[in-house]
Amino acid sequence: MSTVTNASALPLDRSGLWRRATEEPQWVRRTLIGTTLVFLSMFLILPLVVVLYGAFEQGLKVWFAAINEPDAAASIRLTLLVVAIVVPINVVFGVAVAWAIAKFEFRGKTILISMIDMPFAISPVVVGLIFVILFGSQGWLGNWLSAHDLRIIYAVPGIIIVIAFGTLPFIARELIPLMQQQGKQEEEASLTLGASGWKTFWYVTLPNIKWGLLYGVILCNARAMGEFGAVAVVSGRIRGETNTMPLHIEVLYNEYMFTAAFAVSSLLTGLALVTIAIKSFIEWHENRNRVTA
Amino acid sequence: MFSTAQAKSVIPGFNITMGFSLLYLTFIFLIPVGGLLLYTSLMSWDEFWRAVSHPQVVASYKLSFTASFIGASINLVFGFLAAWVLVRYQFPFKRIIDALIDLPFALPTAVAGIALVTLYASTGWVGQYFELFDIRIAYTQIGVVIALTYIGLPFVVRTVQPVLEDFEAELEEASAALGASRLTTVIKVILPALLPALLTGFALAFARALGEYGSVVFISGNLPYATEITPLLIVAKAEQYDYNGAAAIGTVMLVAAFVLLLVINFLQWWSSRRFSH
Repeated sequence: MSTVTNASALPLDRSGLWRRATEEPQWVRRTLIGTTLVFLSMFLILPLVVVLYGAFEQGLKVWFAAINEPDAAASIRLTLLVVAIVVPINVVFGVAVAWAIAKFEFRGKTILISMIDMPFAISPVVVGLIFVILFGSQGWLGNWLSAHDLRIIYAVPGIIIVIAFGTLPFIARELIPLMQQQGKQEEEASLTLGASGWKTFWYVTLPNIKWGLLYGVILCNARAMGEFGAVAVVSGRIRGETNTMPLHIEVLYNEYMFTAAFAVSSLLTGLALVTIAIKSFIEWHENRNRVTA
Repeated sequence: MFSTAQAKSVIPGFNITMGFSLLYLTFIFLIPVGGLLLYTSLMSWDEFWRAVSHPQVVASYKLSFTASFIGASINLVFGFLAAWVLVRYQFPFKRIIDALIDLPFALPTAVAGIALVTLYASTGWVGQYFELFDIRIAYTQIGVVIALTYIGLPFVVRTVQPVLEDFEAELEEASAALGASRLTTVIKVILPALLPALLTGFALAFARALGEYGSVVFISGNLPYATEITPLLIVAKAEQYDYNGAAAIGTVMLVAAFVLLLVINFLQWWSSRRFSH
C-alpha cells in the first residue's frame, strides 16, 4: 500500500511499473476506451456511414438525379423557405429575451426562463396536435378560417408555425447564459460616454455575443430543417407542396426508393456535420482565448 | 408578474425587448398550449378516461415508458463511461469523437430513423450478426429501445463532462493517500459527486425519448399492442380526425413532460447548490 501512495508523487512511468494512485492501470484504461469506442461506433459512426454509403452507392450521377427530381427539389425549396422565415424570427426573439433577462432584474425571471425551455420538453407530435386543434378543419378556428379562404393546417403556414414553436429555445438558450455572464458594465460605460442604445448594442454587445449567436443560428437552422414529428402532423404530406425534406425522405423510404431517400438524407447529414464542426471550432476558439487572456 | 424591480438603469430597451418577448411567447406558446388543455378540459370525464385508458393506449404507455427508461439507463452507463474516457484519457481521434457526441442532437430524426432500420434490419450490417443468434432488432421492441438510446445519447455525456473536468484532484489524492483502492475512490468519492449530473442527464434523455417520434417509427414496425409508441397513436388519431382522442392522450404526454421538467429543474438546483459552497 505504501508504495502506491508514494507513487502518487512520481511522474507517470511509461513502463507501467509505477503509476499514480489517481490513475487506472493501463489495461483498465484500454478496456474502457475500447468499450466506449465500440458503443459509439455502433450508435454514432455506423448510422453516418450507412447514410452516406446508401446515398453514393450508385454513383454521383444517380445522387444528382435524386436531388434534382422535381418533388425532391420542391421539398428542398420549401425547407429553405421555412428556415428563411423561422431563423430570423428566432434571432430577434432570442436577442430580445436574452437582453431583457441578462441586463435587467425583474420578478418572474425564473418562470420566464423555464417557459423558454418548455418547447424542448414537449413531444413534437403534441406540438403538431396543438395547432391542428386550433386551426384544423375540425378545430376551433376551422370554420372561420375556411370562411375566409385561409389554410394553415395542411399548408405552408402551419409548417412554419410548428417549426417556430419547436425551435424557440435554441438561440435564446445560447445567448441567455452568455449575456448573463458578461454582465452589463461594458454597456453602462458605453451609454454613460454618450453612445445611443442601438450603437451600444451594435458595437459593444454584439461583438461579445457573436460566437454564441452564430452557434445558436446554426443549431436552430439544423433543427428547423430536420423537424419531423410536428411537421408530420400538420403538413398533410402533399407532394411538391407541403413536403419538407424529412417528410420527403419518409415518403421515398416507404415507397422503397432507398437510394433517393438516402440522397436527400445525405444533404441533411452534411448539414448536421457542419453544425457540429462549427460548434467544435467555436469551443476551440473560446478555449484558446481563455488561455491567452 | 414580470414588473421590473429597479427603475433607474442607464440601459435602455427593457420595455421593448420584454414586451416583444412576452407577446411572442404568448402567441406561439401560451395560447396554443393553453388551448390544448382547455380543449381537453371541455371533454366529459368519461370520454377522457375512455380515450386514455383504452387497452391499445395503455399498451403504448407501457412500451413508451419502459423503452425510454431502458434507453436512458443504457445512456446512463455508457454516457458516464464516454464522459470519463473523453475527460481523463488520451487516444487517437479523440476530438472528432467528442464532437460526434452531439450528432443525434443535430441529425434530423427521420434520417436517424432510416439509418438505424437499415443497419439493424435482419439483412443490415449489424442486424445480420444478431440474426445468426435468432435475435431480431428491427420491427421489435428491441428496435424501439435502440432508437430511443440513439436520440438520448448526448445528454448524459454532456451533463457529466463539465463536472468531471472541474473535479478537484485533491479529493482523489486524499482518498488514495488514506489507503483507498482506485475502485473504492471511484465508487465512494467520484460517483457521489457526479450523481446530480448523472441523474439530470438521465432525466433529460428519458424526457426526450418519451416524446420521440421520427427515429422510432421506421425501426418499430408500429404493430398495435406490440411496437406502437404513444406519440404514434397521437399522430394516427389526429390523421383520422379523432381530435378528442388525440387531445386526451396528448394532454397525458404534456403533463408527463411538465413533471419531468420539474424533476430536471430540481436536479439542476440540487447540483448547483452542491457545488456552490
